[in-house]
Amino acid sequence: MSPAGGQSTQQLVDHLFRHEAGKMIAVLTRIFGIHNLELVEDTVQETFLKALQVWKFNAIPDNPGAWLMQVARNRTIDLIRRQQKLADISGELQMRLQSDTENTIQQFFLDTEIADSQLRMIFTCCHPALSPEDQVALTLKTVSGFGIQEIARALVSNDAAIQKRIYRAKEYIRTNHIQFEIPTGVALAERLETVYTVLYLLFNEGYSSMKADELIRYDLCAEAMRLCKLLTEHKVGAEPSCFALLALMCFQASRFDSRIGEDNTIILLQHQDRSKWDRELIGLGYHFLNKSSTGNHLSVYHIESAIAAEHCLSPDFESTNWNALLRLYNYLLERKPIPIVQLNRSVILARTAGLEAAIDTILDIPNIRELLNRHYIYAAVLGDLYSKAGNPTESRRLLEKAYELTPSLAEKKLLQEKLAAIH
Amino acid sequence: MKDFMFIFRGPSPEDLNWTPEQGQANMQKWFNWIGELSAKGRYVGGDPLVREGKTVQGKKPVATDGPFAEGKELLGGYIIIKAESLAEATDLAFGFPDFAIEGSVEVREIMKMPMPA
Repeated sequence: MSPAGGQSTQQLVDHLFRHEAGKMIAVLTRIFGIHNLELVEDTVQETFLKALQVWKFNAIPDNPGAWLMQVARNRTIDLIRRQQKLADISGELQMRLQSDTENTIQQFFLDTEIADSQLRMIFTCCHPALSPEDQVALTLKTVSGFGIQEIARALVSNDAAIQKRIYRAKEYIRTNHIQFEIPTGVALAERLETVYTVLYLLFNEGYSSMKADELIRYDLCAEAMRLCKLLTEHKVGAEPSCFALLALMCFQASRFDSRIGEDNTIILLQHQDRSKWDRELIGLGYHFLNKSSTGNHLSVYHIESAIAAEHCLSPDFESTNWNALLRLYNYLLERKPIPIVQLNRSVILARTAGLEAAIDTILDIPNIRELLNRHYIYAAVLGDLYSKAGNPTESRRLLEKAYELTPSLAEKKLLQEKLAAIH
Repeated sequence: MKDFMFIFRGPSPEDLNWTPEQGQANMQKWFNWIGELSAKGRYVGGDPLVREGKTVQGKKPVATDGPFAEGKELLGGYIIIKAESLAEATDLAFGFPDFAIEGSVEVREIMKMPMPA
């Protein structure tokens, strides 16, 4: 009844509860049907309460994840036995319930079936009828086990807004009888694209948003990578674009710690200490990049991971292969002709074709006047280029604009340094 | 050393509406506290109590549902620890992780039958 005396303090794997919550919600949703998501979430909550109360006084079970699953499974059997009104159960289960309850339910808790259920949940959360913001919020809630406050903190929103998003998404799924399934054929390919977009958004929210605090941003990146990896391990997701996306995340994440200085300033790629880049993640990046190079479909994730790999490949900033990068950006621009890609390409162009060419390219971006007035990144980049090109007036105007626009203290600090350096 | 009972009162986790991450963080605090007591050889054991129960009372005793104590009055569990004195046991109770959520610890010595020499 008591933990072995003198042993070191018990510790659970980081985020165990979050990850197990995602698994349990997926499995139970498959059993009770997506229209019973509330019942499912309550059951999962009860399971955690039981663990909380029992574990804290005694020893953690040898396999905490399996223990939680067992409790959830028993509770499920209990619920089903108690309410034999089969209307509350999914169609799939009604057919299988011909045999005895326990064995039937047990099938859903096999490891392969758990993975299958999680995939179904991801696909359901990424239903194309939902807006990207709703997809992201619902994924974090039901797949990743984040709470409302945690999602709000991660996405720099407020509790009420997130609550509303999730409510709306659940209502849509319920009233439109969205199936809890993995699509097949053409629908699968389309849905996978949406899933990749959501994971990409999730990762970038963590990687780039300077608004949220570092800890939760790190969690977001790690979660996007975990889900992407989960996808590659399933037969429907083990395809080139998914491996390319995972490779991209690995390369980017390898620089996570070297982007921010001790006093919370941003360290530009140019000045990052490359010895701090996580070699293990870079290695994984190459591994997944290799796995992505089959078939004849070149996804944007292939191009973006190749760009990220190019940076990781170069021992220092000066020896970056700018020409190779420019070629990759040209490809990317063809596939993703959006202002931010044009902006990033111009930074490379400044290295290969010179500052004038880079500045001209930025000024050619459609609606550039408005972008410069609304998004700090355009003003910051163009202001920097003007500074290097010896145009202090334009440079100061733009950097000051960027300073005014960015909500990030780290960005403000960096811009201040740049402003001070203008002669 | 004497045995003491720590009696815990406070809101039940089900009323706190924790996220999985918050639940795990609270549990880690408990592990740290119980682990520390164990490392010092002070932890004997303990258990949580199921929330639902009955109370039997009255001159003509009747059983009623409950107790339905509110939030911080709710009895949630107990542990038994070893300490030299009530003062030392009380010191150990300061490590209780749930003060911030309005929890409390009642510290009571367990009375032992004196053994004939």
